[in-house]
Amino acid sequence: MFTFQAKLNPSFLVSSGYRGLKALSVLFVVAFALCVAPGQSAAADTLAIKVGVIHEAHSRETISILDIPPADDFVAGARMAMDDNNTTGRFLDQSFSVVDAKLTPGEDPIAALKGMLDDGVRFFIVDLPPAEVLAVADATRASGALVFNAGASDDRLREEDCRANVIHVAPTRSMLTDGLAQYLIWKQWRRWLLVVGSHPEDQLLAEAYRRSAKKFGAKIVEERVYQDTGGGRRSDSGSVQVQRQMPVFTQSAPDYDVLVAADESQVFAGFLPYRTWDPRPVVGSAGLRPVSWDPSHEFWGAVQLQNRFQRAFKRGMSARDNQAWEAMRLIGDAVAHTKSADPKTIHDDILSPGFALGAFKGQGLTVRDWNQQLRQPILLTDGRATVSVSPQEGFLHQTSTLDTLGFDRPETKCKLH
Amino acid sequence: MQTSLKRLARRAGALVFLASLGAPTGAAHAATAFITNEKGNSISVIDLDKLEVTRTAKTGQRPRGIALSKDGALMFVCLGDDDTIAIIDTKTLKEVGELPSGPDPEQLRVSPDGKLLFVANENDALLTAIDIATRKVVSEFPVGVEPEGVAVSPDGSIVVNTSETTSMAHLIDWRNKKIVANILVPPRPRYAEYNKDGSELWVSSEVGGTVSVIDPVKHIVTHTITFEVPGLAKEQIQPVGIRFSADGKLAFVATGPANRVAVIDAATKQVLKYLLVGQRVWQLELTPDGKHLLSTNGVSNDVSVIDVAALKVIKSIPVGSFPWGVAISKQ
Repeated sequence: MFTFQAKLNPSFLVSSGYRGLKALSVLFVVAFALCVAPGQSAAADTLAIKVGVIHEAHSRETISILDIPPADDFVAGARMAMDDNNTTGRFLDQSFSVVDAKLTPGEDPIAALKGMLDDGVRFFIVDLPPAEVLAVADATRASGALVFNAGASDDRLREEDCRANVIHVAPTRSMLTDGLAQYLIWKQWRRWLLVVGSHPEDQLLAEAYRRSAKKFGAKIVEERVYQDTGGGRRSDSGSVQVQRQMPVFTQSAPDYDVLVAADESQVFAGFLPYRTWDPRPVVGSAGLRPVSWDPSHEFWGAVQLQNRFQRAFKRGMSARDNQAWEAMRLIGDAVAHTKSADPKTIHDDILSPGFALGAFKGQGLTVRDWNQQLRQPILLTDGRATVSVSPQEGFLHQTSTLDTLGFDRPETKCKLH
Repeated sequence: MQTSLKRLARRAGALVFLASLGAPTGAAHAATAFITNEKGNSISVIDLDKLEVTRTAKTGQRPRGIALSKDGALMFVCLGDDDTIAIIDTKTLKEVGELPSGPDPEQLRVSPDGKLLFVANENDALLTAIDIATRKVVSEFPVGVEPEGVAVSPDGSIVVNTSETTSMAHLIDWRNKKIVANILVPPRPRYAEYNKDGSELWVSSEVGGTVSVIDPVKHIVTHTITFEVPGLAKEQIQPVGIRFSADGKLAFVATGPANRVAVIDAATKQVLKYLLVGQRVWQLELTPDGKHLLSTNGVSNDVSVIDVAALKVIKSIPVGSFPWGVAISKQ
């Protein structure tokens, strides 16, 4: 595989992976694309698509060292899809490149965004906190650019705060919790002990679990809050304290079938399995987790993508990588269909009735027209293998069983226009 | 619709009947079906006179695609998790050799002259041609992402490969060793099949839920066949294997988790009927007399036998775990 990298300015990296015989011509295309005016095609017959990837580094404070995000988390997925798009593109004279801006936590994304807009970038894939997603959406509006939210799972971005120029690739909290809830109902594990972290995101996740319980007929027998009192996740003293704390914390609960942990900040959930007072399975933020992807997922030909990713990046593909991959593939398929680099044309194609993205999840992924959320099955994983995939059998819907996950059309608060 | 269906079926049946009268051999040599069992790591051998499994042979890991040598003496079996293609004697069911495939081989085709084997090499996005006699790779073509289905035109001049993530059918002019067309089709094209006279190329799109009919000369999609089954969500209909009836008048399409084989009028491209078979139907094959069509049903661990004249499922044969591929020998 051929990779070309050029420093644009200290915070941007432009790269174009391009397999095969046309490497030299791509070098030319990419180099040329950097100097032409925005919106212009790079070469007479090659359609060059630049995609800005703006993402904030995630916390390295994780309970398991296996979960520490790698330095190229998220953008690696976009690069993988860029390679895939370029392999297709070599038959269609289309080339795709990634303009990468990795931000430190709290850094304003608008500066990076403006630089890219000035360079003619009209497609953005972002992994940012919800307020920054909205800031990027609003700052790109005048340019006609299309934004793919491939990180934030906040339901409000698809509901009361939805934006017409944003397509949401990441599943929402409500889709994730519905996916898990359907499986728990199928298993007849209807009595839940809900343990919630003390951060605002944990509260939002807990709200999604309460909604799922009500929607599918589970009972939350008790709720407990696990206070984050600060401090690191690891010490040289090993498991001594945790082994004593977790049983005590989960003691004296009413009868329950399963402990549901809502801990997006990874403060305690990873400590719960095998340590609860009562011998009960742990699900949610640890144990059986609802996810968009896991490096262990291998159904429906997924092993092909896992192998490709492993070869290119020497590690497994994370859920964030996969969401960035899906966003870049949405762009790639729409450009292949329409032979256009115009964001509106691409947007219309992705929302058109015949569009479906193959993403190794057992069925094509389509976009909900009422809030521009990507419909997708939710994988339930224990990190070793895919245990099940929701929607579960028997959860029916008049249009798509995927719409049994998350907020459905009649419930939406989104007004796109 | 119903009358034209019956007429077509009757005509297909009559032709088969005439063909069998004219055939020099009678029922003395029954045809044999070989079924690869993806999870069973085995091959089930079905006696097509008795319509039952007579033998089961162990294979390597994850057997899927299967093809027979022209003389029927050997079968080539893709062993996905062993990253190889096993050569197995169809009489003794013993492995007699291996062919170099790339990692995770899935589908393959033998050239009409019986000399070459075409196989998709997913890791390097290549279509590989292997000389069967020397067991060596003789040609490689760069194709799209995740090459999968392979078809060869009846005259052997064009080799077709579908790439799943690129969503294209690549047409390779075999004499000049050159790609002559890259045709976009709906997502995840899984299987390609020429019709009997080679005037049409049919490509199934598993995620797109369609079959594209391609004019292999003009390189354009002339029809896109869609499927609708009352009570089934559109996403559940995932077309995979394709076969044409012996007279070429009917096409059969396996629809994956829709658990049905669609029967299509090859001329009008209208879906005439859906035949309920086992669960997750993958591949199809016609018996040499054209009377029966077999479908492999992955999730229900069985093979359905379809009476082509009556367009009815007449039997379900239990086989190994997760049957996937099927090849039928005249002996």
